[in-house]
Amino acid sequence: MQKTTQMLERFGGVNLLPVALALLALLLIGSPSTWVTLTVAGLSMGMMIFLMASGLSLVFGLMDVLNFGHSAFVSFGAFVAASVLSALAAWNVGDNGFLNIVALLAAISAAAVFGLVAGWFFETVIIKPVYRDHLRQILITMGALIVAEQLILAIWGGSPVSVPRPAILAGSIIIGDISIEIYRVFAFGLGLLAYIVLYYALNRTRIGLLVRAGVENREMVEALGFRIDRLFVGVFMAGSALAAIGGAMWAGYETLITPALGSEMMILVFIVVIIGGLGSIEGSLLGALLVGLMGNYVAFLMPKMSLASNMLLMMAILLWRPYGLRPAVKL
Amino acid sequence: MSDTILSLEDVHTDIGQYHILHGISLQVPKGGVHVLLGRNGAGKTTTLRTIMGLWQARKGVIRFADADITGMHTSEIARLGIAYVPENMGIFGGLTVQENMRLATSNGRFDDQRLQHVFALFPAIEQFWSKAAWSLSGGQKQMLAISRAIIEPRRMILIDEPTKGLAPAIIRNMIDMFREVARDTTILLVEQNFLFARSLGRGVAVIEDGKIVHHGTMQALAADQGLQTRLLSLSLDAHQ
Repeated sequence: MQKTTQMLERFGGVNLLPVALALLALLLIGSPSTWVTLTVAGLSMGMMIFLMASGLSLVFGLMDVLNFGHSAFVSFGAFVAASVLSALAAWNVGDNGFLNIVALLAAISAAAVFGLVAGWFFETVIIKPVYRDHLRQILITMGALIVAEQLILAIWGGSPVSVPRPAILAGSIIIGDISIEIYRVFAFGLGLLAYIVLYYALNRTRIGLLVRAGVENREMVEALGFRIDRLFVGVFMAGSALAAIGGAMWAGYETLITPALGSEMMILVFIVVIIGGLGSIEGSLLGALLVGLMGNYVAFLMPKMSLASNMLLMMAILLWRPYGLRPAVKL
Repeated sequence: MSDTILSLEDVHTDIGQYHILHGISLQVPKGGVHVLLGRNGAGKTTTLRTIMGLWQARKGVIRFADADITGMHTSEIARLGIAYVPENMGIFGGLTVQENMRLATSNGRFDDQRLQHVFALFPAIEQFWSKAAWSLSGGQKQMLAISRAIIEPRRMILIDEPTKGLAPAIIRNMIDMFREVARDTTILLVEQNFLFARSLGRGVAVIEDGKIVHHGTMQALAADQGLQTRLLSLSLDAHQ
């Protein structure tokens, strides 16, 4: 058993799980073209969930804060982006590719800025008074989530809001009998870019080093002369902005959004954070890819088992690795 | 100019509903190793954590080099030049040895001469420089924790039970190393291993039930078996 584990670790260890899942799905699905379509959909969905989950994982790991209000940033990000895309409809749906991109970047930037500002407000007003008190954190952040959803209802109304997809991202790439939506490729690329930036920031900068150390032992970071509470605010704001960008991307993916979007996504986001391991960006990516692929494969093979399959995946992984696949803290 | 680098006056500390330190008064002179001895639960670790601001004193005054540090934030206390090596060593297991060391520098850069000095004291630090800290042995982790404390000049180092769980051979090496480190700085050492403490300590204070019950030179305590038995329930013979 130990030899097998060592050999698996040499070839990538738990990083191979998405590959193993994809190969298993190929056997079960049979049709290579359907498998490719589902795999691309799963990877792009995984990357969007990664955007939403990575911030929560860092907040969980570094600040020990159970923020059930995190999905409010996802919802607001989606609605803010939808409003910007609607306001720039002339640029968004026209034939001019440059203006399409400007509208898209404006929507994503607006969501990100909203996330930064709302994150600062949320941390300062709501989270700070309840540090180190999990029960009050759960109650107060759940309350904040309900207030946020009501605010969305008040601003955008209860009817589903249509999200115009930029013309440049509409349509599909056809290769043989394989059809791949351009928007999914873009979502995957953006998520990958976010991962690379996060990885670089966490592993190649002094602030990143402090964040990684703070996830493990906040007290010791302070005993080395650093104010970790100031770092908290920055991480919270960045996490909220990422969630809002994830929400913006999800809005374009779904093209029709409701105020319940955040709450619906929250289940998947928490599954990803738990599967991946707290405070770990690599873990969040791995968990998100597994959840995205599993959701799409099972939705095709056994549609009614889609959400349950991810729950089962989480349970299996927790039984195997109680601290998740790639936890940040090594004891 | 006072010869005392650290002083505690009537310091009381509560942890939750428990009153742990009942008016600690202690003076640590500059230079050398000074030892805080006491049984389990006497309040040794709480004293160090209170000095570092990790637990706040409810009453009393703590002065470091004539500055009142009572109520200061831990990071500010650290920046005054106090390094802290906790009982659990406080190693960041997910970081490499090099990253652990870099965090202990004030600007993220190493003074090459200082680094070579650390390597000379602890060859294992250089050997495992790029390894993840969680993969080190207990003794190597302790070396890393102490290396972190001395990678930049510190005015004082607080060390909590560095010999806990270590093999006798490693403890013997540690005695030489602490003697070397104490040439440049003041060490306040919390210990239960009396033989280790005796071979290093210049001054000694004994803590019991959150109060200092004895203060004097280590030489005097080591020579008085009756005092040892009364204060620590031990004698050197029993440890030899």
